[in-house]
This record gives sequence, structure tokens and C-alpha cells, in this order.
Amino acid sequence: MKVLLSILTEMADIPRDVDQVATALNSLGLPVEQMQVVGKPVAGVITAKIVRTEKHPDAAKVTRCFVDAGDGELRHVWCGATNMKDGDIVALATLGTTMPSGMEIARRGILGIDSEGMLCSESELGLAEESDGIVILPATTPLGVGVFDALGIEHDVVLELDLTRNRADCWGHLGVARDLAAYFNVPLRGPRCEPGALGAAKEIPVAIKDEEHCGSFTISYVSGVRVGSSPQWVSSRLAHLGMRSINNVVDASNLVMWETNQPNHAYDADVVSSFVVRLARDGEVMTTLDEAVRSLSVEDLLICDGKDDSAVGLAGVMGDLHSEITDATVNLAIESAWFNPDSVRFAAQRHGLRSEASVRFERGTDPEGWVLAAERFVTILRETCPDVVLHASPAVVRNGHCPQVREVKVSAQQVEKLLGVHVPVDKMLSILDSIGFKPVRDGDVISASVPTWRPDCSETVDLIEEIGRHFGYDNIGKTVPHSTVHGRLSTMQQRRRTVRQVLVGLGLDEAMPSPFLAEGDLVAVGLHEDDVLRIANPLVADESILRTSLRPGLLRSLKYNQSHRASRIGLWEIGHVYPSSGQQLPNEYEQLTIVVAGGDATTALGQWNALCDALSVGAQLDQTRVPDGLHPTRSATLARGKTVVGVVGEIDPFVLDSLGIEGRVSILEVNLTTVLNETPKPVQARDVNRFPSSDIDLAFVLADDIAATQLHRAIRQAAGKKLVGLELFDVYRGAGVPENHRSLAFRLRLQEPGGTMNESDIAEVQTACIAAAEKVGAQLRS
Amino acid sequence: MSSSSHSERASLADALSSGISAISQAASTSELRSVMATLTGKKGAVAAVKSQLGRLDNIEERKALGVLVNEAVAALESAAESKFRELKRAEFSTQISAEKVDMTELALSAQASQRRGRMHLVTQATERLEDVFVGLGFQIAEGPEVETDFYNFEALNMPPSHPARSMWDTLFIESDVEGSVVLRTHTSPVQIRVMQEWPPPIYAVMPGRVFRKETPDATHMPVFHQIEGLVIDRGITFADLAGTIESFTKAFFGDGFTSRLRPSYFPFTEPSAEFDIRRPDGSWIELGGCGMVHPHVLRAGGLDPEEWSGFAFGFGIDRMAKERHGVNDLRDMYSDDIRFTEQFS
Repeated sequence: MKVLLSILTEMADIPRDVDQVATALNSLGLPVEQMQVVGKPVAGVITAKIVRTEKHPDAAKVTRCFVDAGDGELRHVWCGATNMKDGDIVALATLGTTMPSGMEIARRGILGIDSEGMLCSESELGLAEESDGIVILPATTPLGVGVFDALGIEHDVVLELDLTRNRADCWGHLGVARDLAAYFNVPLRGPRCEPGALGAAKEIPVAIKDEEHCGSFTISYVSGVRVGSSPQWVSSRLAHLGMRSINNVVDASNLVMWETNQPNHAYDADVVSSFVVRLARDGEVMTTLDEAVRSLSVEDLLICDGKDDSAVGLAGVMGDLHSEITDATVNLAIESAWFNPDSVRFAAQRHGLRSEASVRFERGTDPEGWVLAAERFVTILRETCPDVVLHASPAVVRNGHCPQVREVKVSAQQVEKLLGVHVPVDKMLSILDSIGFKPVRDGDVISASVPTWRPDCSETVDLIEEIGRHFGYDNIGKTVPHSTVHGRLSTMQQRRRTVRQVLVGLGLDEAMPSPFLAEGDLVAVGLHEDDVLRIANPLVADESILRTSLRPGLLRSLKYNQSHRASRIGLWEIGHVYPSSGQQLPNEYEQLTIVVAGGDATTALGQWNALCDALSVGAQLDQTRVPDGLHPTRSATLARGKTVVGVVGEIDPFVLDSLGIEGRVSILEVNLTTVLNETPKPVQARDVNRFPSSDIDLAFVLADDIAATQLHRAIRQAAGKKLVGLELFDVYRGAGVPENHRSLAFRLRLQEPGGTMNESDIAEVQTACIAAAEKVGAQLRS
Repeated sequence: MSSSSHSERASLADALSSGISAISQAASTSELRSVMATLTGKKGAVAAVKSQLGRLDNIEERKALGVLVNEAVAALESAAESKFRELKRAEFSTQISAEKVDMTELALSAQASQRRGRMHLVTQATERLEDVFVGLGFQIAEGPEVETDFYNFEALNMPPSHPARSMWDTLFIESDVEGSVVLRTHTSPVQIRVMQEWPPPIYAVMPGRVFRKETPDATHMPVFHQIEGLVIDRGITFADLAGTIESFTKAFFGDGFTSRLRPSYFPFTEPSAEFDIRRPDGSWIELGGCGMVHPHVLRAGGLDPEEWSGFAFGFGIDRMAKERHGVNDLRDMYSDDIRFTEQFS
């Protein structure tokens, strides 16, 4: 939202120093995003008349202009523009002038003939972004005067405010000026209003049919209008605010909106002499001022001509193209209404039409602001229409949907309890009074009437905020609450940090790919898409699926690094996955996935063992259940009975090939939500057995299709309590071992709890182990 | 008798000098061991002298000679020990020079290039923030990333079709009831979940991933991270909010930093504020939003606003990481490019 320093300083005696104003705005919560000085006169640019023009035979693209700047001297200027003719008053930048671009006007020649200055365009003077041809001033303009004075251009500052959603009132200068006046403790004047003597009452019938959408509809009748161009200050201010000047009536209407936040519309009262506000009928069509043909629906609110029920405006959004005032218009019907903010917002959304009026209506306008608006309207219009008259008895129709003044109470205790600072009651009264809340004191309680321009205020806490804002946040102290809570990470959070430390200790880098996948990404890594959630309004179609596994993202990152010839790629991610649960929210949980380029099943098992050790957790390796997308013969499910806590092994080479990844890739995937939420009991110390131990080595031949863990378990059980260590120290395939078999050599360390093992005890264990091994199909290797 | 004592003394002296000489000539530790075995063994020269001791009648002489014998043994052992050390050192020096390496060559080799893995910059920043808040007496809460409309908007004082909902470009999940499930646009829904699940008083921060329908550029990502703070207790004030922000500022950024609050608007807090951090050089960082928890939000969390009050604050984690490490483009931080990642040890 743009505001002009000129208008703000007219409305209240605030400082003219823009930095002071900007500081005030920032601390009021109306932050200044940008400041731009506009209309700063360019010294040395004066008015001059073109006495005659000539073409030079060798310079087809430029014209020789002989100009008179009122000093009797005839200057010669080369000019590239084509929009001027003899007798035009133009803007002459004299020799030595520094233009806004920084260029200095010097004597420059073309074909050996010097130019004694430059004829300027609006863009060269910094008056417009771009312009077509040079500035031509009215024929009556005196010669030799400053062009900015002659044009009536005000030196002004445009402040671009980043308004928050709640401050509807600040979409007009008046709201901003009110806050500033309160801040600087000066009275608020508001816009200059001289309505003059009221004319005779005129009857304009008005009816609101769909009251829910329109709480108030008013028509002010104005006569004595002569449509023409606006005074320079009006068009100049509108230009600074980013609006084009149309004519004196439309400009007055727009300026009133910018000043008072009261969108309004001027109809030719002789064309439209009665109004009906109603919802559109399906199939109804209208052409808005932007020349777009709009198909309407039953949700669209229309302003209609009472005469034939035809639409003259899409309520709160834009007027009808054919109902514009014309040069022949002499009487105006000025509409000022209060429309339901949601109705306008939805209409603007439906039609993709965000107008200056709709942004104000959808935030909430002041239903009482129409009187001031009408008075200001005629005050502005009178400069170009001396006979303009505002007529008595305007048409006003209201209903129960129109916002009312609300009474809200606040006590001194409530303020102190929430803000933590003592604000004297008198101070609260003066603050609320200065921003129009009409406070009344009853002991320590203040009753305030919330003005109709503040739709955001409806409760005690809103008053406390206003008091705090104007008391100044900087004047509220800084205290620290006395907490009875102890700061800590939960056990789960500590365990997650342990996992991260283990992973970085293993030299693995954390990745954070996007959780959004394209259709087919999961299938490409061997997973399915049966249980995915889809984004209804994705940014791009390739990001429409929520991941159910971290694998696609990590493998993509792995491939990316491989394609950049990274030498060592080991990536992990801890992140949420979102498989559908069939309920409203998915079965969201935290997953850990690790992939290592060039890693194999041993790599992944090593990582799993490191994590199990760090977290005191475990699981069975179940190779009979091949996880989706993993190497069919080099991977296993990490299981606890029927519960799956993860997968470990290598990525299916078929998957790698289709993804274009070279070499093996190891993978470990763990459901962290399950594993981190386990809280193993603290390990209880065991005394170290200091008696000598004995080792026996036993090598068995076992078929490849029997899991080594079966033999391991059999030995462990057979060895019993005396077994203190069991290690697979050698695996051998080859000569001496049958086809599809391997030799597994275990070292058993045995120890007697209360003394030294004797030979017969050791022999007994050995015999038991061999017997147990035979039961699982293993033969002692001789 | 005395002559016989003389001869014992003479042969002891001979044994000693020839023994010392044999020790000094030993060429290896094994040779030295056998020399010593000979000299001090049962059949050695010293033992021979010792065996003659019994023959001496004179006790004084016997004693004196005994002392000499012991001295001779000690002298031989001492010589042997120093010779042993000398030989051992010589033997090792052969091995040592044979196994010489160029340490710089090893350092350059692949096996030596062990490096610790890297945590993502956002994770590093999150852990640092968590640690600071734990130090300030906060606990850490977490919540789901796919949220219901209720937690993401409605409970935060934004009933259906509330205009303030447009402050966030929301990504919606396809569901039976259109618009009822969203990717959370902020970490604020965790506030409600914490209020519902934890008995007050509550001092908690809630870091996490959030989502917006935004085209990635140097300063925006559709998926990014926020940390939210929530304090609910009896008698919590706006001054407590300002003081907590100040404590955090000093603890996280350093003693030279200060903070200020500026009025702002969020549907879920009132009064609301933006908070800025002032660097020691006087420049400002606009950090985040905060405010007193709105009574409607307290009620949605199941708390009585007459009994409990509180404040909340939130800000972006990604930006903290970006500022700290001078990252120019947020997209680099999410590229997973090891060349980028490995810089940040």
C-alpha cells in the first residue's frame, strides 16, 4: 500500500521529515518497505517555445529546433522526437543542467552544428517510467519558468507500506495519519472538506435484495458537474500512487478512496436514477471496465439499474463498461456501500480481478465513512467545477449485516497482566482516545467504543494490543519467566542424536532430498505406489507424490554425485515418510536410510551392527523375506517376529541399472520411530571373570542354503553357560569342501565361573557342539 | 694358606677381565646370552672361584673373597646388561631403517583420508538452536508434517475461509474432504498438539520441516525448516516474551547482540510482533514473528485463558544456517552435492 507524505502532512501536523515519519511507522507496526522521492525539480529545465523547426538534409532522424526561453535569445537544439510542432511550449534543459540520470547537458554537435541544450521527455525528467516523445505544456504556459512549477508537480515522497492483514483502516491515508497523529501527539485534521451549502433533496430509490452480502448502500447526489481534466495536483498525486488520470470525476473518486479508504463509484444520475443490489442469475453476463466479458453466477453480487434491472457494477470489484460517465454528464450519483468482505474476496478470486476497490472491501471498509467521502469528493471536484453542489437527503439503506460500533471493556489489571508493564489509566485513556476509540473510565475499567473503521478489534485483547502498540513495545521491559520446567532432550531425541553421531563417525554425509516425488519414482526403485498421498495442488506435476520411502530421493542424490565423479559417496537421511493409513492422516513415521556407492552387504551389516551397539537394539536377519527393491540374494529383512524394523543389504542390480547407477550400492533402512522410542534399561555391571579361559576352534562344512546363523545359534546353545565368546573367524569355499558348501570356522572361548577349565570339561563342550551342529546339517571338517 | 688366597684372587681377577672382554665381543643378543651362561653358569670361572671359598680356613679371608666374588658377578651382569641394550638397539635399528616410510606419502594415500561425515547445515543449526533453548529451560516437541486443517489453521484462530489463511501458500493433500489435510505451512500446529498433550506449565521449542507452494529461488524453498517456541504458564507477560527473545539472542548470537520487538499481526497471537536482532555493528536482522498466545488458541489447546497465559515465537532455521556459513543460494544447501556438503566440518 502506497501513501504520500504530502497527503499525510495535510491530514495531521506530523513532522515533514520523512525519516522521522518512517521510524514512527515502523514502530507502529506499519513497516515501510520502500521510500521513493518523486517530483524533485530538475534545476535548469525551463519552459521554452519552439519558434521554428528545420530538417537537415544529412540528418533524417533528428530535427533542428529553434526555441525561445523568454529571454529574447534564440537557441538551437537538435531533437530526436517527432511529437512537437512550431509554437509548442516544451521543457528545455539548458547547458550545464544535470539530468536525474546523472547526464550533464553540454554543448554537443551533430554535423558540426552545436546543440545548446536538450528538449526533455517525461522519463528523462524522472516523471514517468517511460514516455513517448517530449513534454508539451499548455499553450498558455509562461516562458523561462521552471518546468516542474509550470506542470504543478509536487515534490513528494511515496512510502510503500507492508501492511498486515488486520489493518484494513490503513488502506486509506486517513488511517495511517490517525496512527501517526497519535504517535506524534498532534491532532488529526483529516482531509480538507468543504461541502458547501447543500442542494435540494433528490430522491434516488435504492433497494438491497440480498442483504447478507451488502450491509449498507448509500447514494449521494451531486449536481453542477462539468467533466474535464483534473487539476495537476490531483493527477500528479494519483500518478505517484500508481493510477492513471482519467478525468476530474473519476480522479476525484479514486483520490477519495486513497485518502479515506472509502471505495466509491460515480454514476451519471440522469442515466441511472435508481439502484437495486442483488445476486446475479446464472448465465447473466456483463462487461467490466477492463473490457472483459464476465460470465456471472448466483454467487456474484451486482449493482443494478433499477429501471431495467441491468447490471451497472460487479459489487465491490469493478463497474460496468457501459455505465461510465460521459463528457455530457452533469449530475452524479455517488455510490458508497459496505459489502461483506468475504463476498468481495470470493468474487475477486472467481473473476481473477483484484481491483483497488476489492482489496479494500475484502479487508473491511468503514460503513460510516461515506459522508466524509462524499464531502471530500465535492471539495476536490469544486476546483474544476465551481458550480458543484452536494444535495441533501442522500439515499441510505442499511440492514442488520452492517457492522455496528462495539463496546469493549478493559481493566488496568488486564493490561498489566498481559503486557507485564504498568500503564497509567490516564495514559490508556489518551491512547484510546487518540485513535478514535472513545474511551470512558469507570474506576480501573475502561469502556471503549471500537470505531467502525477497525473491523479487526472486537475483544479485550485487541484493546490491550492497541494500548501496547501506542505505549511503545520498546517501553515495555524485558523480563525472563521463572520456569519450573527443566530443559532437556527426550530420550528419543538423545537417541536420534546418537544415531547422527554414529553415522558421521562412519564417514557418512547427511543428505536432504525433496520429500516430493514424481509419479513412477517409487516404482523405479522397486517399491509400489499403492499407499501414497498425492498433493492436490502441486507446484509442478513432478512433485505431486509424498514419499513413502527415503530411497528414491537418496538414490537420485547418489547418482547425481556419481555423475560428478565423487570418489566416495555414502549418504544418509533421517526424515519422515508418509504412507497412507486409510485414516485422515497418514501413518507418518521417521525413517533412516543409508546408501553407499560401491558398498556391499557387509558394508550395510557393519552399519547396522554399529547402530545396534550404539542404541542397544537388535533384530533378526531374515533372508527368507526379500525386501522390495533389494538384491534378491544379498539382502535381508530386519525382523522381530512379524514386525519389520528395516531392511539391509544391497540395492537390486536391476534397479541400479535402470537408474543408471554404476557398481554396487549398499542399503540400510530402519524405522527410527520404532527403534528410537525403545528405552533399553541401563546395563547392569557383571564381574570380570579373571580365571584363565580356553579357546577351541571348530570348523564345520555347511550347505550354502542353510543360514550361518542357524549353526551359530546351535553352537551357542550347545556350549551353554561356559561359552563367553563365539566368533566366526574364517569362511572357506574351494578344494576339500563340497560344491555349494562352505567351511565355517568358529572360535569358542570357554571359561569356568569359579576356576580353571579342565580338559574333560572342554572335551565335553566340544562334543556337545559337534552334535548340535550335525543336527542343523553341519559336519565337522576333518 | 695366604698363598692359596692369593691364587684365588688372581684367578677371580682373570675370570673378571676375560669375562668383560667376552661380553664386549658378543656380536648378538643370543651370543651374549650364551657368553653370560658360560661365565656365570655352574661350570664358569666365577663358579670355580666360588667353589674354592670353602677351602679357606680364615673366616676373614673367606668373607673378603666372598665379597670380591659377588662384586665380580655384579660387574659382569652390569656389563652384560649395557651390552645387551646396545646390541638390542642395533638390531632394531636395522629393522627400523628397513621399514622406513614417507609419512607425507601415507598422509596423501586414500586409506589415510578418513574423514568424519557431515551433518546437513540445517541439522547442525537445529541442534545448536535446540541446545541453546535447552539451556534456557526448554524442552523439544515434535509433530506430524502432514496435518489437518484444524491444527494448521482452525485451532490457530483461523476458522474456515478466514482471509489470513492466504498469508501462507498452502499445499493440500488429496483427501475425501477437499482441503481438510495439508502439508503444514508452519510449525505452529505443534503448539496446539503440545497444549493438548502436555500438562502446563509448558516451555517448549518445536523445530521441524514446513511446506509452502513456492517456486525455489536463492532465498525460498518449497520445503524448509522453522523452529517454534511456546511458553504457557501462570502470569506470563509480553515483557517475558521480550526478555526471552533477548536471552535467546545473547545465548545464540553472542553478548554483543540485542533484540527488539515491532508490532505486527498473526492470527494466533495478540499482541503480535516481529522480532529483529541487532548486530554489534548496529545493523539489523529481521528474524521472525512472535506474540502472546491468543485466547482462542489457548482454548483450542484445551487451556483456560483466565488461568494460563503464554507467548509463542517462530523463525526460519534455514536462514540461520545460510547466514552463519555465508551460503549465497538456499538451493545449494539442498543440492546434496558432496562438493558443497564436505566444506562444513
